[in-house]
Amino acid sequence: MKHLIKLTVNGEEYEVAIEPNRSLLDVLRDDLELTGTKKGCETGDCGACTVVLDGKTVNACLILAVSANGKSILTIEGVAQGGKLHPVQEAFIEHGAIQCGYCTPGMILSAKSLLEENPRPTEWEVREAIAGNLCRCTGYVKIVKAILAVAEEMAKAPVA
Amino acid sequence: MEYSVVGKSLPKIDAPAKAKGETIFTTDLRLPGMLHGRILRSPLPHARLLNVDASRALRLPGVKAVVTGAETPITFGYLPNTADQYPLARDKVRYIGDEVAAVAAVDEDTAEHALSLIQVDYEELPAVFDPVEALREGAPQIHDNVPGNVGGEFKMNFGDVEAAFAAADFVREDRFVTAAVTHCPLEGHAAVASWDAGGRLTLWTSTQNPFLVRRNLTRSLGIPDHKLRLVVPPVGGGFGGKIEAFANEYASILLAQKAGRPVRLALSREEVFCATRRRIPLIIDMKTGVKKDGAIVGLDTKVVADGGAYLSTGMLVLFHGGAYLVLPFRMPNVRYEGYRAYTNLPPSGAQRGHGVPQMRYAFESQLDMLAEELGLDPVEVRLRNAVQTGDRTVNGWEVNSCGLTECIKGVAKPADPEKRLHRRKSSRGWGMGCGGFISGPKMVPGFVSTALIKLDQDGNVALLTGAVDIGQGSNTILGQIAAEELGVKLDQVNVIASDTGVTPIELCTGASRVTMWTGNAVKNAAANAKAQLMEVVAEKLECRAEDLEARDGRYYVKGSPEKGLSFADVMKVAIQAERIPLVAKGSYSADLKPPNIRTGEGNLSPAYSFSAHAAEVEVDRETGEVRVLRVVSAHDCGRAVNPMLVEAQLDGSVSGGLGQALLEEMRWDRGQLLNPSLLDYHQPTVDTMPEMDSVIIETDDPAGPFGAKEAGEGSQLSTVPAIVNAIYDAVGVRITKLPVNPETLLRALEKQKG
Repeated sequence: MKHLIKLTVNGEEYEVAIEPNRSLLDVLRDDLELTGTKKGCETGDCGACTVVLDGKTVNACLILAVSANGKSILTIEGVAQGGKLHPVQEAFIEHGAIQCGYCTPGMILSAKSLLEENPRPTEWEVREAIAGNLCRCTGYVKIVKAILAVAEEMAKAPVA
Repeated sequence: MEYSVVGKSLPKIDAPAKAKGETIFTTDLRLPGMLHGRILRSPLPHARLLNVDASRALRLPGVKAVVTGAETPITFGYLPNTADQYPLARDKVRYIGDEVAAVAAVDEDTAEHALSLIQVDYEELPAVFDPVEALREGAPQIHDNVPGNVGGEFKMNFGDVEAAFAAADFVREDRFVTAAVTHCPLEGHAAVASWDAGGRLTLWTSTQNPFLVRRNLTRSLGIPDHKLRLVVPPVGGGFGGKIEAFANEYASILLAQKAGRPVRLALSREEVFCATRRRIPLIIDMKTGVKKDGAIVGLDTKVVADGGAYLSTGMLVLFHGGAYLVLPFRMPNVRYEGYRAYTNLPPSGAQRGHGVPQMRYAFESQLDMLAEELGLDPVEVRLRNAVQTGDRTVNGWEVNSCGLTECIKGVAKPADPEKRLHRRKSSRGWGMGCGGFISGPKMVPGFVSTALIKLDQDGNVALLTGAVDIGQGSNTILGQIAAEELGVKLDQVNVIASDTGVTPIELCTGASRVTMWTGNAVKNAAANAKAQLMEVVAEKLECRAEDLEARDGRYYVKGSPEKGLSFADVMKVAIQAERIPLVAKGSYSADLKPPNIRTGEGNLSPAYSFSAHAAEVEVDRETGEVRVLRVVSAHDCGRAVNPMLVEAQLDGSVSGGLGQALLEEMRWDRGQLLNPSLLDYHQPTVDTMPEMDSVIIETDDPAGPFGAKEAGEGSQLSTVPAIVNAIYDAVGVRITKLPVNPETLLRALEKQKG
């Protein structure tokens, strides 16, 4: 039997009727057509489907959509605001942290969440934060550099 | 001359869309009415297929079509002479995962359910999983027309190896064994097929090789090439694992035809592991002779390869593995003999380096062993033997640019010989490896790269290329080459890639071809476009075309930049002068006689790249774990069209190499893959990665566009031996079987204690 659930995704409210066995990943991609969240393994191993659920990064493939009822979700589509890229997105572009781009949405959300919790991470803390996000192209070098560069910029910026 | 666009670390042109999650990969495509396909696979490693009954599956509500091998009567393969695989099995199944039937339904769950309703009758046959056993007399025969299970062989013999060994001061023989590893692109194989009422088919698929895959598909389906438009959306990683046609492409096409609706067939991660391709595991018997001073005099190598159930790239992997032994060290006498055995395991195919990284692991290990026995510094031995610009190898390869010596010096610098003596006590070690690679082979006549350029009404440039951006950044690199030659900025170039209905014919995005071959084709097309534009400008400015210069988006009289036109104005003039369309074509083929594929003789590529990697490791003697502390990779890429992207290739290669050296191994039990998930397979995560530095060595190759050579695969050759040699340096045990996992290393350390 289908369940009617409410999700707030990137600030917009959605109501969807879904079977209880559907993952949040499939509902985001197939029902809401937010395909920026990537499907890499469906077993929680690769992190390509990382989204932020009520402030916490999760693998959307491991979350049943019904259990996200009433919750707030940030996907990659909601990261740029008002047509302006988030500093993490800009840093990934500038530092060459993007190759095939399939891990990128998940990586960016993991990085963004880290910097919100810990604006001055050490290199090791950056590595820890993205240890659940696999990348086969970059060797992670430029991804780590990009995230550290954002932290450095943030530290320089005057406190608002 | 200082270039405006080439040589600059510009961000990839596709990066903003990727950063925003806007990029549409094949797995993201949705068409109206689209159905979802799933594939039924063999649960047995070797069996005769007696009957496939899909009638119950067809009755399941929501199921729209089923196809079986009865509808796929023509075999396919990477090359015409390796066509030994039916798109769906007909006579036999030959490994666990072999495709038997496919279903299209309204959703994936229904399709999956339908698979369980297909009744398949098998007669199980004895299976063989070891390549040496497969080649023995009396082994189960996997293909009825191939007695002895020899799927392919390659032999070469240059100079006089026996005489060289007789004259050598020292000769040693060792066996090295490499593991089955796999590509793990984050985007799995996926295809969407759609037929129109006129019998025209469009296939969107995640492939590195649109034109060859189209040819494979049309030949097996019995339709003409032009009926199939094959479009490649951005590819989420390839690494050689997507250069061939796959069953999901055939099945999606046939299901879409039957159902009269578009069908998407995306493989699950488990299927990508179990039933696509893997790097070919080799058993390498290697014998090398040297003089007291370290000069290499001869090399004799025998290889047995575990080819798996089907031929895939066939003997090519043996050819590449063998022929490339002439690089990166001078090799006056060399003999090689390689056999590819059929086994009841997934087919082995191409993976970054295509047979060569395995051989580098063996040779570079043995070279260190020899150096130690001779009491020589491994760095010195490599410098002594390093190929140099102007060398012609014993099999006829012409090395017109070579920065190997600089690469070796570039990575060897941090190794202080005094410190090396102390390292052993702390279980820390340093090691190096080297490699040489091609920049796209010319295998047969007709190997040509092409490009088209058309000028838009606002002066922007559309570049049409059949090369595929698999994340390596080919669209950006080709855009930079076009922009430089035309004298415009990169953002004035719009790259349209990999669509057989639109873009010109191209060879595979593989074998490290694109920068050299497609790059030259693009440069030629741009030069052609520029000449046409110069004529228009010359008429307008009433000067001679040869007095004009183009740079940064303007065409002007040399020495008088104020006397000129912007690119947009040039187009206005061209339109007013009725000189449109402004379209230019370019092509490139290396000016070489293709090599003799039977003997290995003949210059294979217009240019050769060189690399050296150095690794520092720390070994935990209690747990057998190896921590790679630092890797320095140096690569002679001729000229870096985009240094940031070259570094990215080197970084990615180090991570792949680290995985192959220490972590990655597909393991089977009687044909059943035991670790078909990213968690169990263990590709490197960020916390396993060392501190990394990359060093770009520029040599300006005469054949390369703006001097550029490859950086994609040659960079993969040296990491594994660097790490394995560093482990030896750290603890004094030599591991001759990959990967060097804790179990292997602990056993070796225990043996060492005696």
